[in-house]
Amino acid sequence: MKRMINFKPAPAFNVMLGLLPFVLLVMAYVVGSDARLELNPNDKLLPGFEQIGAAIDRMAFEPNKRSGDYLLWVDTASSLTRLSLGVLIAAVLGLVVGMLTGALPLVGAGLSPLLTVTSLIPPLALLPVLFIVFGLGELSKVVLIAIGITPFIARDIQRRTLEIPSEQLVKAQTLGANTSQILIRVLLPQLMPRLIDAVRLSLGAGWLFLIAAEAIAATDGLGYRIFLVRRYMSMDVILPYVAWITLLAFMFDQALAWINTRLYPWNAQGGRS
Amino acid sequence: MKRLIILTLSLLLSSNALARDNFKICWSIYVGWMPWAYGAEQGIVKKWADKYDIEIDVVQINDYIESINQYTSGQFDACTMTNMDALTIPAAGGVDSTALVVGDFSNGNDGVVLKGADSLAAIKGQNVNLVELSVSHYLLARGLDTVGLSERDITVVNTSDADMVAVYGTDDVTAVTTWNPLLNEILSVPNSHKVFDSSQVPGEIIDLLVVNTETLKENPKLGKALTGAWYEIMAIMSAAGDEGITARTAMAEASATDLAGYDAQLASTEMFYTPAAALDLTTSKKLVSTMQNVAEFSFKHGLLGDGADNAGFIGIETPAGTYGNTGNVKLRFDPTYMQMAADGKL
Repeated sequence: MKRMINFKPAPAFNVMLGLLPFVLLVMAYVVGSDARLELNPNDKLLPGFEQIGAAIDRMAFEPNKRSGDYLLWVDTASSLTRLSLGVLIAAVLGLVVGMLTGALPLVGAGLSPLLTVTSLIPPLALLPVLFIVFGLGELSKVVLIAIGITPFIARDIQRRTLEIPSEQLVKAQTLGANTSQILIRVLLPQLMPRLIDAVRLSLGAGWLFLIAAEAIAATDGLGYRIFLVRRYMSMDVILPYVAWITLLAFMFDQALAWINTRLYPWNAQGGRS
Repeated sequence: MKRLIILTLSLLLSSNALARDNFKICWSIYVGWMPWAYGAEQGIVKKWADKYDIEIDVVQINDYIESINQYTSGQFDACTMTNMDALTIPAAGGVDSTALVVGDFSNGNDGVVLKGADSLAAIKGQNVNLVELSVSHYLLARGLDTVGLSERDITVVNTSDADMVAVYGTDDVTAVTTWNPLLNEILSVPNSHKVFDSSQVPGEIIDLLVVNTETLKENPKLGKALTGAWYEIMAIMSAAGDEGITARTAMAEASATDLAGYDAQLASTEMFYTPAAALDLTTSKKLVSTMQNVAEFSFKHGLLGDGADNAGFIGIETPAGTYGNTGNVKLRFDPTYMQMAADGKL
C-alpha cells in the first residue's frame, strides 16, 4: 500500500484543495448572514454581500459627504506612509546595528546585551510612554513601528553576519582589504537579501503596531476607521477594510520577494541548489 | 450542513420572540449603572425575578461599546446605554428597542476641557481629543452651537477613553471632551478649565436600561421584575443614613473609586430616585426635541445607516409624541412600567 506521505495531489487537484477552505468559509458566511438577515433585514453583524458592496462603493468611490474625501484612499495613503516610514527606519537601523554588532567584536560586546534586552520589551506596553514623549501625532506612530521591529531585524542580521564563513573574511584580509572595505564589499552584499527577508517576516508585526497606534489616537488611517465604525457596529465597513489590509500585506510581501529575486538572483539560486 | 448552521444560529439568537423565563441583561461601569451591580450582588434582582417566576442573569461587560454590540447582536435581552447610543447602535441596526427604565441624565458628568483658556470660544482652530461619535462628540457639537462655531472650526482627534488621561499630559493635547471619572482626573491638572459641560444642556444625555421591544412584549414579567428591582435599589441607595452609605460604598468599590469619589460623580448626575421623577422627563415634550437634536446630529455623522435620507428616518416614540418616521419606529420610550412602579402596582 502506498504510504500517506507519498500521496501527491495532481496539479489541478492541488489548486482545488487549496481553494476548498476559502469556498467553505464564504459559504458558511453566506448561510449565517442569510439566516440573520431573514430575521432582521437591517442586521449589522453579518451583512450580506450587497451591503458590503454598497459600503465599499461608499468608502472608495464616492466623496465623503462631510469632508469630500474618498475615505478608503485617504486612510490607505496615511496608513501606508506611516508603515513604510516605520519599516524603512527599522530596516536601516537594524542593518547598521546588526552588521556592526555581528562583524566587529568590540561593538558586539558593547551592544549585544542591550539589543537582547530591548528586543524582549513588548512595544505595545511602551505605547503610553511613547505618546507622552513623542506626542500624539504621526511621530509616535512611526516610532512605535520602528521600535517594535528594529530589535528583531537587528538580531536577525547579527545572526546572519556571524554565519558568514570566516574564510571569506580571512581571504579578504590577505588580499589587503581594511575593515570598512570588508564591511561594504564582503558583508553588506550578502546581508542585503537577508535584510529583505527579515523585513518580510516583520511586516506582520509592523501592521499590528500600526493599527494599535491608530486605534488609540488618530484622525485617519485604516486602523482608525475600523475602530471608529466599530462604535456603531458597521461590519459592512470593517470586513472590506480587513480584506483590504490583508491584500495590501500580501502585495507588500510579494513585492519584497520579487525585489529580492530581481536584485539578488545569486541568493535565490544559492538557496535552491 | 446549512440546516445545522441555521439551527445553531437561531439558537444563538436570543431575540426569538417566544415567552421564556430565562433572561440576560448586561451593564458596564458608569456612575448611573452601578446600581445594577449592587442589585445583582445583593440578590435584589433575583428577589424580583423570583417574584415573577423568571430568571435574570446580570452580566458586567468591561467595554461599554462591546456591551451594546452584544445586545444588538442578540446576545442579551437588555442593556444599559445612553439615549444617543440606543438610537445609533441597536435602533439603527434594526433592533426595535424600548427604554424601560430612564435612570438619570448627565448634569455635568460630561464636559469640554481646555488647557490655558477659560472660554469655549477659544477652542476655535484647535485639535480636540475625544471618543469620536460618542456622547462627548454630541456634547461638543451642542457646545459649539452655543458660541456660534461649528465642527468645521475644529479638528476632532479620535482618542480612546482608556488613554484620555495619559494623553492629556502631553503638550500637543490642548482640548478634550470626556466624561467622568476621567473628567475630574483631567480637571485636577493645573491650568485646565472646564468651559462647557452637560449641565448646560440638561436632560439631553440620558442613561437608560434598554430592552428588546419584542422580548418585552412577549414577556411583560421581565419589564416588571427589572423595573421593580431598579426602584428598590434606588430607594436603598438614596436612603439617608447608614443604609444608603453602605449601598453607595459598595457601588463605589465596584467602580474602583471610594465613597467620596462616587458621591462626587453622583453630584453631577441627576439620578431619578423615584419613578415619578423619571416619568417627568419621559413624558415631557422636551424629550421629543432632545431626541430630535440627537437624531439630527447622528444623521449628519452618517450614524443612521445608508438607507437614511433624513434625520427622521428612524422613528422615536415618546409619550409626548413621535419624532420622525412613524412607519419605522425602532426606539421607544415606554412609561408603562415606570408608571406601574409609581402606582405601586409591581
